[in-house]
Amino acid sequence: MTEEAARTDPATATGYGEHPPRVGFFTDTSVCIGCKACEVACKEWNGVPDDGFDLLGMSFDNTGTLGANSWRHVAFVEQPAPPEPRRAEAVDLGLPSFDLPGAGTGEEGRTDFRWLMSSDVCKHCTHAGCLDVCPTGALFRTEYGSVVVQPDICNGCGYCVSGCPYGVIDRREDDGRAWKCTLCYDRLRDGLEPACAKACPTDSIQFGPLDELRERARERVEHLHDSGVPEARLYGESPDDGVGGDGAFFLLLDEPEVYGLPPDPVVPTRDAPSMWKYAGMAASAFAAAAVSVFLGRGSR
Amino acid sequence: MGSNMAEAHPVGFQWVMEAKARGAEVIHIDPRFTRTSALADLHVPLRAGTDIAFLGGVINHILEHDLDFREYVRAYTNAPYLVDERFQDTEDLDGLFSGYDSGTASYDNTTWQYESQTDSGEGGTRAKEQSRPDQLGSGGPGVEGGARKIAADPELKHPRCVFQILKRHFARYTPEAVEEICGVPAETFLRVCRAWTANSGRERTAALVYSVGWTQHTLGAQYIRAGSIIQLLLGNIGRPGGGVFALRGHASIQGSTDIPTLFNLLPGYLPMPDTSHEDLPSYLHKVRGDRQKGFWRNADAYLVSLLKEYWGEAATPENDFRFDYLPRINGDHGTYRTVLDMLDGKVFGYFLLGQNPAVGSAHGRLQRLGMSNLDWLVVRDLTMIESAEFWKDSPEIETGEIVPERCRTEVFFFPAAAHVEKAGTFTQTQRMLQWRDKAVEPRGDQRSELWFIYHLGRLLREKLAGSADERDRPLLDLAWDYELEGEDEPSAEDVLRRINGIDLRTGKEVDGYLDLRADGTTVCGCWIYSGVFADGVNQAARREPHDEQGPYENEWGWTWPLNRRVLYNRASADLDGRPWSERKALVWWDAERGEWTGHDVPDFEKNKPPDYRPADDAVGPAALSGDDPFVMQADGKGWLFAPNGVVDGPLPTHYEPHESPVRNRLYAQQGNPARKVFGRAENPSNPSPPERGGEVFPYVFTTARLTEHHTAGGMSRQLPYLSELQPELFMEVSPRLAAERGLTHLGWAHVITSRTAVDARVFVTDRMRPLRLEGREVHQVWMPYHWGHTGLVDGDVVNDLIGVVLDPNVFIQETKVATCDVRPGRRPRGPALLDYVAGYRQRAGVTPETGTRIDTVTRHDTAHLEEDR
Repeated sequence: MTEEAARTDPATATGYGEHPPRVGFFTDTSVCIGCKACEVACKEWNGVPDDGFDLLGMSFDNTGTLGANSWRHVAFVEQPAPPEPRRAEAVDLGLPSFDLPGAGTGEEGRTDFRWLMSSDVCKHCTHAGCLDVCPTGALFRTEYGSVVVQPDICNGCGYCVSGCPYGVIDRREDDGRAWKCTLCYDRLRDGLEPACAKACPTDSIQFGPLDELRERARERVEHLHDSGVPEARLYGESPDDGVGGDGAFFLLLDEPEVYGLPPDPVVPTRDAPSMWKYAGMAASAFAAAAVSVFLGRGSR
Repeated sequence: MGSNMAEAHPVGFQWVMEAKARGAEVIHIDPRFTRTSALADLHVPLRAGTDIAFLGGVINHILEHDLDFREYVRAYTNAPYLVDERFQDTEDLDGLFSGYDSGTASYDNTTWQYESQTDSGEGGTRAKEQSRPDQLGSGGPGVEGGARKIAADPELKHPRCVFQILKRHFARYTPEAVEEICGVPAETFLRVCRAWTANSGRERTAALVYSVGWTQHTLGAQYIRAGSIIQLLLGNIGRPGGGVFALRGHASIQGSTDIPTLFNLLPGYLPMPDTSHEDLPSYLHKVRGDRQKGFWRNADAYLVSLLKEYWGEAATPENDFRFDYLPRINGDHGTYRTVLDMLDGKVFGYFLLGQNPAVGSAHGRLQRLGMSNLDWLVVRDLTMIESAEFWKDSPEIETGEIVPERCRTEVFFFPAAAHVEKAGTFTQTQRMLQWRDKAVEPRGDQRSELWFIYHLGRLLREKLAGSADERDRPLLDLAWDYELEGEDEPSAEDVLRRINGIDLRTGKEVDGYLDLRADGTTVCGCWIYSGVFADGVNQAARREPHDEQGPYENEWGWTWPLNRRVLYNRASADLDGRPWSERKALVWWDAERGEWTGHDVPDFEKNKPPDYRPADDAVGPAALSGDDPFVMQADGKGWLFAPNGVVDGPLPTHYEPHESPVRNRLYAQQGNPARKVFGRAENPSNPSPPERGGEVFPYVFTTARLTEHHTAGGMSRQLPYLSELQPELFMEVSPRLAAERGLTHLGWAHVITSRTAVDARVFVTDRMRPLRLEGREVHQVWMPYHWGHTGLVDGDVVNDLIGVVLDPNVFIQETKVATCDVRPGRRPRGPALLDYVAGYRQRAGVTPETGTRIDTVTRHDTAHLEEDR
């Protein structure tokens, strides 16, 4: 086992010996048609209950957010066309902007109204905060590198909820336990792809070994850049980000905030060792200071 | 155009996305910015109901700049043919063609015929009342003399040749006219023209996709004609990557016209006999003519084999194979006529099999009132839909118009098996039959349609057994002997086998319709499906993976006719039988082997060489030249101009919708001069120019679907996972209209027409854009129509807002465009609703006569009212 593998392959890091390659999702939002088949297929397969019949008025999104009862969530973003005529030579005064995140982030040169759609899901992080903080062992790392909750072990403490930098995992109101996407662990073990990817008609949700998906995603971005979509970018693909790279990453057509994704997610437990170190140093310093006071007093 | 493919056909849309990934440019022309527009390279919003003005503009652009595929047009279309010298165009008659009769609002199309024809055409009120054009689903209409030499000018210069008529007819459809009628800026329109023409011709093809956004208009058939004319002019028919794609509104709608549930059709688009057909020979003469080209010539074999399938041993040559057992139609017996007849007490019983007219049909209110005036009603559906519960739960209960204790209709509800609980086929829009197996047993009392119909027939026959009454013979003589599976389920596979056809001499399945005979030795339930059980194998059940076969995937399912994937594919090769280009090769003539071959099954007689010329007296298939690709047409050509088969004009013409906020800018004739109106108090129309009062309903109203729900909601509003995704009825308005009417996002508002008022939550969105035309702003309001009063989520019935007015060709209703008013807040409830809507009618001066004075050219003062009936 190389050090690199231990760092980037969570199954290896967890101690699995022979194990299948790490798998995940590449969600290419540039071809998402917002049909929500992923949401329905997920609920059908996993027996997730409905989330209430509420008209949210957020474009065609009536799911609102990922949660205990929504393991896939399709966001709809209506971006108005930039006001015309555009001022060609606006002078940048360098003043701070007061726009809300996502408002008016239309790419330069875009003249048309845009309706962005994107299917969000648990990221199955390389460094998973939910997993790190789970005190019961209900959350575990699978041999595929995914992160799964075992409902029969979960005691509903809710630490994982605050441990997730994306706000994905959530407790179900009626039973108090934590629920989220399992990457269809049961289907994987039967050699099937997850239900959402299977149902996606345009291959916006692609499932496969993460290495292959990353390669494919990079090619797709290049292709889009070459064909006049300079705003295409990957999100969650880099192993060097704050969660060590996502098992489910995205191709976006705008800033992550526009889709309701955190721009720079960091696993909260990343800084735990250093925090303890600093806490320790602080404690030592305090102790030293206290001692020195006495010593000082003695030396006076 | 007129299609929200990504939302209504998301699975099919994957292929559009794949084409886009390979470099295809996707243009979406539609009133509303939808999920389809979001994925298109260009979205062009236009005013609902003005597509012919737009398409006419494209035709004009092509002809004015000589951008047509001239070799293709000259050889494969009827462009060179000369038309009767008495023919007068809309150019001459201010929006009417010659032969118009104001009194009946129909055309005598004698003058639309080719010059050399002697026949008088098949127009008139009879054609209009029987929806004659609707009977032409698998081939063109008759042209007596089509097999003879037709006077023509190959140079396309003669002033009376089709090409020149086309040029004159569309000359006034300029970019400026398009801008003023459709609200599409001329520059945007020209961008579409350039993309369409640049991607057509020898090396490239363009595909045209439409859905019910095109069909559900008073001139829907002409929308499609207009699109077809463009595709013919550009050489995009019968070629790979070309075509006109009709996306259906429902699974197997194609199947339900192939093997029809329509009053005027028999299987395989054989017309239902009418009262003028005395006997079998007179019927066959009418269907196939004496001197016509093409495969309709063999209609005798198709019909006799069908009669043999129906009546088996009882059908013999001596008794005309029991042709007399077939019903005869004598007028309009379509679904809307039937509902009006219910109101008038002329209909006693009604079957609804998988249909929810109380929500899904135009004028839901009329539907419910009609159904409340029956003796009995049978509803077969998955759940208790609105059409089964209208007598105790409907808006009319609220207004007091239906009182449960007094409603005379006895409703029988039969739970139906869902598609996974029964075996059978779906036929999709490519004419492909795909077999589906039964996955699970139906629960409880749920049964398949096949079970219901079979056992209903069995019980009726048992009840009538021994009857001496002559009128019971057709039922008693039926060959009602399908194989049963398990206890009592008829075998769907056995039914498909009989649809395919069997040679009675050998007992074996026939290989295709060419094997059918008119002497009673073959049986066949639907001649165009013949071949689906060739070699005794269920061809529809083939599931060869696409990566293990050729590019046309000929071994997935089965496509009629004879598993051809592209119809009229002879047109993919030039006159000499060589592909127009290597890039676009599909089928070609192999001179060495003396046969047509290629990637698809050639839609041509296998061994007929390209230079074949028929004898002067040949008829039927033998009369087809080696370069007549349109083998089901009476003259072998693609029709730019339709001498027969379209009752509202030989060429598409822009008319305003029945309800429109503006006067027709092009002609004095305002709306489709042959549209079907039903002037009666229950079915009022909003006024349109030149009538006064239209300002009371100032906005354009259009309806459509959402991905998350299925049509009238019977299959989605009962399911939590779908209901939560679109839980409530809403209307979409532009920010400008919201400001004009004081509407707020997520607040309540109601839409009013002269029929009723419906309330819903408001969505203010930039996806709705006001259009500028004739110097003023026109607003459009959009609503999905999935809601009703049963299910997990409920809402008002949007179709209650729409009146009944029909396309005269196919009797489809104009659900895609009307006019309306919008007001903030909830609508009045109970009887107050009736008063409220009556107030609107009064202000707009609406009477039963409104909208029924169809002829606005001669101002012939005929109001087409229902009262005489």
